Amino acid sequence: MSSTHDWPLYEIFVRARQGLDHKHVGSVHAADATMALEHARDLYTRRMEGVSLWVVKSSDITASDPGENDSLFAPAEDKVYRHPTFYDIPKEVETL
Amino acid sequence: MSAVIAAGTAHPTYLYTLRLADTALVLAQRLSAWIGHAPAIEEDLGISNIALDLIGQARLLYGYAGELEGAGRSEDDYAYLREECDFLNATMAELPNGDFGATIVRQCLMDIWRLETFERLAASSDARLAAIAAKAVKEIRYHLKYSSGWLVRLGDGTAESHRRVAAALGDLWPYVHEWFVADEVETALAADGVAPAVDDLKAAFEARLTPILCEAQLERPLDVAYRWFGKRAQHSEHLGLLLAEMQSLHRAHPGASW
Repeated sequence: MSSTHDWPLYEIFVRARQGLDHKHVGSVHAADATMALEHARDLYTRRMEGVSLWVVKSSDITASDPGENDSLFAPAEDKVYRHPTFYDIPKEVETL
Repeated sequence: MSAVIAAGTAHPTYLYTLRLADTALVLAQRLSAWIGHAPAIEEDLGISNIALDLIGQARLLYGYAGELEGAGRSEDDYAYLREECDFLNATMAELPNGDFGATIVRQCLMDIWRLETFERLAASSDARLAAIAAKAVKEIRYHLKYSSGWLVRLGDGTAESHRRVAAALGDLWPYVHEWFVADEVETALAADGVAPAVDDLKAAFEARLTPILCEAQLERPLDVAYRWFGKRAQHSEHLGLLLAEMQSLHRAHPGASW
């Protein structure tokens, strides 16, 4: 199983049904994106989980730093007015 | 020679269906040996998925063969309780896996042959074979995508990977021949529109293989005189050992089930 050490990691996104978003499901090793798609197909859609696959090289993802969570996300905690919860919604309006 | 062929009484469609089923089962058994041994865990899954597809195809085909034979034999009876001389798989399916490259070469050759065969079978005058083939074609298209993708990577890869797949292609090539030599079973069925004509298959096989070999930087080997005919139960020495392992559980515990 040593050869996978040479292969980059790809993150896998599956869309379960038309109209839904692609959702991150895991990762595979592969020599390139084409092979990553095939591996993803074999690992993550064998039980009819999806209708579409995206693969993204893990190294191409820029992630936020967990150490910065306080400055990034905490300031939103006391700003409830950003949620549209101050309107009276008529009962007759459905699917809002 | 198999008793069933020597007797000359078996229905051609039955024999043909059994050939397709045996080829799928024996190849699946070979591929299954890669589980836990493939070069990467992702390839373990890829190869075992193909093996499972093949077993699914074999089950449908054995089920139909059992109905045609009318002797009350189940798919398990065909898989586990027949001898080497009763199996009608194409010889290439029973050959040892070799290295990963050799497995890929064998898979690619057989995928092309099976895809061309099943695409035509989907329009067979035999409705059951047509239905089974229509389902299998979708699976085999993916198998070929997998095997041809790897063949190109290895053939056009490093000097070592090229050397290995080129050698495997030369070793396996003599076993292609039997696919394209019609015997009385295939001739009769082609006339009835049940099975494809092998001449037609051969041309289609070559047309699909050529661009793959070209991309993989591999040369089509020259034809050789030696002939194998697993489809007429004339097998290599490898099938007996394969069956001994595959059938051991069922023979030790008859009727065992999950």
